[in-house]
Amino acid sequence: MRKMQKGLFYLIWVTDRNPIIFQKASLVLPLLRYICRSFTRSSALLTRTHINYGVRGDVAVIRINSPNSKVNTLSQELHSEFMEVMNEVWSSSQIRSAVLISTKPGCFIAGADLNMLNSCTTSQEVTQISQEAQKMFEKLEKSTKPVVAAINGSCLGGGLELAISCQYRIATKDKKTVLGSPEVLLGILPGAGATQRLPKMVGRPAAFDMMLTGRGIRADRAKKMGLVDQLVEPLGPGVKPPEERTIEYLEEVAITFAKGLADKKITPKRDKGLVEKLTSYALSIPFVRQQIYKKVEEKVRKQTKGLYPAPLKIIDVVKTGIEQGSTAGYLSESQTFGELAMTKESKALMGLYRGQTQCKKNKFGAPQKEVKQLAVVGAGLMGAGIAQVSVDKGLQTILKDTTLPALGRGQQQVFKGLNDKVKKKTLTSFERDAMFSNLIGQLDYRGFEKADMVIEAVFEDLNLKHRVLKEAEAVIPDHCVFASNTSALPIGEIATVSKRPEKVIGMHYFSPVDKMQLLEIITTEKTSKDTTASAVDVGLRQGKVIIVVKDGPGFYTTRCLTPMMSEVIRILQEGVGPKNLDSLTTSFGFPVGAATLVDEGGVDVAKHVAENLGKMFGERFAGGSLEVLMQMISKGFLGRKSGKGFYIYQEGVKNKNLNSDMDSILASLKMPSQPDVSSDEDIQYRLVTRFVNEAILCLQEGVLATPAEGDIGAVFGLGFPPCLGGPFHFVDLYGAQKIVDRLRKYETAYEKQFTPCQLLVDHANNPNKKFYQ
Amino acid sequence: FSDFRMISLLTYTLKNLPNTSKWALRFCMRPLSSSSQLQAAAASQTKSKKTLAKPNIRNIVVVDGVRTPFLLSGTSYKDLMPHDLARAALSGLLHRTSVPKDVVDYIIFGTVIQEVKTSNVAREAALGAGFSDKTPAHTVTMACISSNQAMTTAVGLIASGQCDVVVAGGVELMSDIPIRHSRKMRKMMLDLNKAKTLAQRLSIISKFRLNFLSPELPAVSEFSTSETMGHSADRLAAAFAISREEQDEYALRSHSLAKKAQDEGLLSDVVPFKVPGRDTVTQDNGIRPSSLDQMAKLKPAFIKPYGTVTAANSSFLTDGASAVLIMAEEKALAMGYKPKAYLRDFMYVSQDPKDQLLLGPTYATPKVLEKAGLTMNDIDVFEFHEAFSGQILANLKAMDSDWFAQNYMGRKAKVGLPPLEKFNNWGGSLSLGHPFGATGCRLVMAAANRLRKEGGQYGLVAACAAGGQVFSICFTCVTDKTSYL
Repeated sequence: MRKMQKGLFYLIWVTDRNPIIFQKASLVLPLLRYICRSFTRSSALLTRTHINYGVRGDVAVIRINSPNSKVNTLSQELHSEFMEVMNEVWSSSQIRSAVLISTKPGCFIAGADLNMLNSCTTSQEVTQISQEAQKMFEKLEKSTKPVVAAINGSCLGGGLELAISCQYRIATKDKKTVLGSPEVLLGILPGAGATQRLPKMVGRPAAFDMMLTGRGIRADRAKKMGLVDQLVEPLGPGVKPPEERTIEYLEEVAITFAKGLADKKITPKRDKGLVEKLTSYALSIPFVRQQIYKKVEEKVRKQTKGLYPAPLKIIDVVKTGIEQGSTAGYLSESQTFGELAMTKESKALMGLYRGQTQCKKNKFGAPQKEVKQLAVVGAGLMGAGIAQVSVDKGLQTILKDTTLPALGRGQQQVFKGLNDKVKKKTLTSFERDAMFSNLIGQLDYRGFEKADMVIEAVFEDLNLKHRVLKEAEAVIPDHCVFASNTSALPIGEIATVSKRPEKVIGMHYFSPVDKMQLLEIITTEKTSKDTTASAVDVGLRQGKVIIVVKDGPGFYTTRCLTPMMSEVIRILQEGVGPKNLDSLTTSFGFPVGAATLVDEGGVDVAKHVAENLGKMFGERFAGGSLEVLMQMISKGFLGRKSGKGFYIYQEGVKNKNLNSDMDSILASLKMPSQPDVSSDEDIQYRLVTRFVNEAILCLQEGVLATPAEGDIGAVFGLGFPPCLGGPFHFVDLYGAQKIVDRLRKYETAYEKQFTPCQLLVDHANNPNKKFYQ
Repeated sequence: FSDFRMISLLTYTLKNLPNTSKWALRFCMRPLSSSSQLQAAAASQTKSKKTLAKPNIRNIVVVDGVRTPFLLSGTSYKDLMPHDLARAALSGLLHRTSVPKDVVDYIIFGTVIQEVKTSNVAREAALGAGFSDKTPAHTVTMACISSNQAMTTAVGLIASGQCDVVVAGGVELMSDIPIRHSRKMRKMMLDLNKAKTLAQRLSIISKFRLNFLSPELPAVSEFSTSETMGHSADRLAAAFAISREEQDEYALRSHSLAKKAQDEGLLSDVVPFKVPGRDTVTQDNGIRPSSLDQMAKLKPAFIKPYGTVTAANSSFLTDGASAVLIMAEEKALAMGYKPKAYLRDFMYVSQDPKDQLLLGPTYATPKVLEKAGLTMNDIDVFEFHEAFSGQILANLKAMDSDWFAQNYMGRKAKVGLPPLEKFNNWGGSLSLGHPFGATGCRLVMAAANRLRKEGGQYGLVAACAAGGQVFSICFTCVTDKTSYL
């Protein structure tokens, strides 16, 4: 589950609207020119929109470039044009081989067209789509004229399935060139033959890894795995733009290989290493195979807790192909693909994916002045994290603290974060050093006069934040944005001491900043649109998924979490042990157990938030007693950071033990449990419904602008189960009425804390009302 | 005279490029089409050419320069140490110029891969060569342009009036390179050194692991990008769409021209070197004109299997040393020398070490010309460092491209092509060899000697180096002062 969650965080794939590929506008025009380059012969060039092709000697060069889109997707149109072209290739006596290439910068084919899947209403329709693709790729695989896939940029999902059906693959060794099967992250499986071809090509362990984690594989690793046959280095400046020339060069190299294959001077088979040979020998023994399937299934069950059907189905389909032959395998693939596409889990994940795409855009437009110099005040865990995700994107950043040891700790955190990437070989040590030199650590406000944005990340204390704001405003220029990183202090209150409240905004990062994708931006009534645009712009550059919410106690995320946390404490007080509670929450789909979450976040923080929001929202936020947290704090049980909380944390010890000293605290504050609302399922729903109800109230009150932001915030910031798609998808997919019924049941036991909000009731009363139409 | 020269150059070019390929023809056509103008211009300019002298700056001259024969690594010099080679160059210079040792104010040498025992190789070599122990010496390093740096340091010392007579040179011995113990092993050895008791020693030794013994070689790749230079050259050639055939043809040109120069005795900067325990080495041994067919058989050396840079179209690992005697003009004249050339404007530039590692000459050439107030047409002799055929051809293409000039150099129009008939006419690093630290002085002496031989006025040297840095210098032949002749 944790892995799945992580998978989601690092998700890199795509529909035709995903702006993952940034291209300098100045480079696009010459590229268009390149694409229009004339051929020695071209057939019906103008009648096709996605593909054009021509012949170089006896090699057909097939170029893909879908119009009006940053990426190529395997749509029905592209599909049929490709088939048309291939038929011409096969029937031409002049052509002996072919090269398949994309002229779109940074993208080969980024996957199947999701809209095509979403428009299907039955699993049969989806199966049909899958079977058509299977047929096409089978024809391609059996082509007597060798086809070389020349891959530059993302080659994902259906794109990868197309590539592995070709006889040969050449990829650019570019950071943008990523190969992968991310379908599992959308709750489906690769439905165009990858479940059958991939295991044969890269071996079962690697194929399972690719299809079950959805991880993207970079070109050099793909070469080692046998996923691609040759690498081409990206080129620098020549007499035309590097991107353009690199694609041209890739094409030239691919043409020589296509010729070589047609002349039988090159064989597509590669030498397998000893380990690979041994593995494939071992896998030829049925008993070993069964053991492996069993092991993989066990691992998947453990990680998905049965909440995600796709991974197990993928194993099934692969198994069918190997044990019963490829006809059965392909049939199983297409049928399972159809079934999975209709599951709630898949709809939830696809919804999340669309939401994520939306939250990667700046709907406030480009800021008047781009932030070039950032200053972060407070070098604690958050401040240093913010600095890290800024300097590694090339943003000049000042990190300020008040004491040298505190500053040094923060600088070390940034260095370690970067150095870990060197160890993982995603950065070179030189790149690390260059990034680290974007960071300037200091104890005073020197250089703040040139800052375009200040993000303060000092302790959650209003007076301190006021002091920092006043100190900064004494130095910073007029245009400089002042952002406050806080999880609960209202931004409006922080802005009261500001001379220019229109420049004050909230930027709520999540810990650890370099791992958590979410950024919650909070605007007050006075915050100007340009200030918001600037904050969103910086957040996007830091690689964040962004929701923009209105100011209010706890904003959106903290506000949703607090009533759930209150319920967590009550459940513990009612006698459910932390371990039991953790397993109940994780089995519901939360990546981290509820008791562990308190420990991780810090007991003092939890208490602080519960106290503050409790005052603001009154009885709705009641439940467990604050006394539990207060006693924990008095004994120094602050959670992971102090080594003790509900659990005991020791360096290097993986399995944490319960903190037995908690027993007396919980015993002394014991509450009677109410048997009719205390079944395992009830406990799960008491937690989730309070969360969901508060989220919907946030939309009702206008704190949230859209349900999509609510879902993204809940999943990416708070670990709301991704399989449920976030609170709003959850209500849509499982039915508002069912949730209201649950809430009413708990309302009778606990009163106001479970009273469903008006918007939720409206949805329950009208089944046609959906958050997502 | 100039008519004759042009014709002989042409016939020569045609003769020496066995395949009168498209490529060769393209370059041959150029002088044909413009020769009449050139002749006219040359005739009218002979008297009016500028000296490039600057007011209030001392004129600085190269009196003469020598080098040891450049040899393939692992051949006759393989048992020497770098300072032995450097000493040979210094002795050769003393012998050639008969400069009194005590007149020399300073000695500077360039080197790249340092022998740790003689990290200031300039001093060790100078002492051994019998220079006065009162003459200070230091060593500089700047990759393949280290001895250029030595020379320009000398220029600085003379121009600022600190010195009058400086010897600058460079040395590289690739037959022996410092291979180190691994960092872990070194750390253990150092710790052992500090340990006082047997128990301490044993506890340190107990941490020994077999992998400590794996040695550490000097990096062959660019530190900042981890890319080897050959790899970068192959990518550069691809970026400029330079074919394998073009590269092989250029390499063949270099070898053919070098062979001719060697046979005709033009490489007068070479001084024989009696290697202890071996025969006297009298000439470069890397000049090997082959045939295009032979060269076409080689496999790519860096980007396999489809790259275009091969052993035949790259410079090879070389041992060698060079030295030049640089003086203030008035000092040289007072001592009765007839100097070979004035050292004039020079310039170092640097750019992106990843994608433009070897493109420096394109950037540096127009800048140094502008600084000197000259145009490409004024230059009579070009000496460019040939690291790889592909690198030279890429630079030529870049210089001939408006697009490149506009998008990467901030210029309105292209730099323009150096005419190939004036370009590396006596061979280059591809054929003569490239001892990293010593090449700079060879380039300058080749240009100076060519100016004399060919009767030209202005020379231009450009050389690229690791780290994306480049050196270029303009200088004038001393023939404009008839008094020296």
